[in-house]
Amino acid sequence: MYKPIEIADGIYSVGCRDWDIRDFHGYSTYEGTTYNAFLVLGEKNILIDTVKEKFGDELISNISRIIDPQKIDIVISNHTEMDHSGAIPKVLQTIGKDKPLYCSKMGAKNLKSHFNRDFNFKVVGSGDELKVGNRTISFLETRMLHWPDSMFTYLVEGGILFSSDAFGQHYAGDKFFDDEIGDEIIPHARKYYANILLHFSPRVQALLKDVTKMNLKLNMICPDHGIIWRDNPSKIIDCYDKWSKQEPTKKVVVIFDSMWDSTTKMARAITSGIESEDVHVRLMNTRKWHRSDIMTEIIDAGAIAVGSPTLNNSIFPVIADVMTYIKGLRPQNKIAAAFGSYGWSGEAVNILNKEFAEMKLDIIDEGVKVQYVPDENDLNRCFDLGVKIAKTLKERLA
Amino acid sequence: MSKYECVCGYVYDPANGDPDNGIAPGTAFENLPGDWVCPICGAAKDNFEKMD
Repeated sequence: MYKPIEIADGIYSVGCRDWDIRDFHGYSTYEGTTYNAFLVLGEKNILIDTVKEKFGDELISNISRIIDPQKIDIVISNHTEMDHSGAIPKVLQTIGKDKPLYCSKMGAKNLKSHFNRDFNFKVVGSGDELKVGNRTISFLETRMLHWPDSMFTYLVEGGILFSSDAFGQHYAGDKFFDDEIGDEIIPHARKYYANILLHFSPRVQALLKDVTKMNLKLNMICPDHGIIWRDNPSKIIDCYDKWSKQEPTKKVVVIFDSMWDSTTKMARAITSGIESEDVHVRLMNTRKWHRSDIMTEIIDAGAIAVGSPTLNNSIFPVIADVMTYIKGLRPQNKIAAAFGSYGWSGEAVNILNKEFAEMKLDIIDEGVKVQYVPDENDLNRCFDLGVKIAKTLKERLA
Repeated sequence: MSKYECVCGYVYDPANGDPDNGIAPGTAFENLPGDWVCPICGAAKDNFEKMD
């Protein structure tokens, strides 16, 4: 529980901090997260989004420190994923079960399915405007950013955008605004983008164009996770523009795993080759780095090199995990190459190449396979592969 | 032939088909192969609703 924060005149952040969460459906959250909910007071009172089910009592308690929860007139669900909708039944049970619940068409469908019951749904879509007492709110559907139900709620007076998961960050701390935390928050926002939104980048580009066309005054952006952008909301919008363009930079991520350090030696030689061409490189061992951190490094890389030993005629299981994850997030505009040590069959490199092809990455080399332990000649081949990756990348960027 | 809308907002227009995925223009939604999925979000055919 924390003291509810008045983020603007009569508008409070009443959500909850989840200090302990370290694994958010497979995404590493070293600093926990927050489930933001917003209480908008006026002639009529509005609650925008809720929290994870287990924080329902805390949410009600936070609201109670400002008003009697029963005085809430309407609830808006911008996003039905359970970390924001889980407490909706508890909230409605507290404030009056027939109070109107505003959401998108897909939102109504999802909430019925999540809770196996009906609510007093008021379905809204893009462009709908609603007078709620002395406040005016409008809605913008943002399908697949990042679920079919996702939408934004915009408070016309004050120019405040409640942006659901977009522009969020998994960060729980004692700072609540961009000006309090400064640029320290950007890596968290970037990680969020890389792991939650990257595969919908074309939709992000379309949304940013729509929002620009609408000429919305954006004084404040309030996402459902992390800090609120009030000092300079355009900063995060510019970041989203950059990240969603997926423009490659002079950087290679070398991702590998190893059984007896042979593939490790290869990975290090490739890394040295890349560095010899003055190209930035990150060497990431998949058993030391979480898949979500690897993904965060990939978004601005111009190339990836993936190394896997062959185990039981296949790729190494941890590499398969990371590759499945990367593939789902659809990174674009990258070149790729594979490598790996093997004992007697050596399928891993071919399997990785097949994966790259399905991901529509540009395979620039058939890859380097080494039987058992790499000798000096093998390591030179790996170094040369690093040089080739770096040179090709520089040519593409020129 | 009717247009169909996916949960993600993508609209299948039979006039255009889905050439990127081997569906020729003029293919009715009902005649799409059973394993065809939304080119935007990957949802299966039963997630689509007929539009008016």
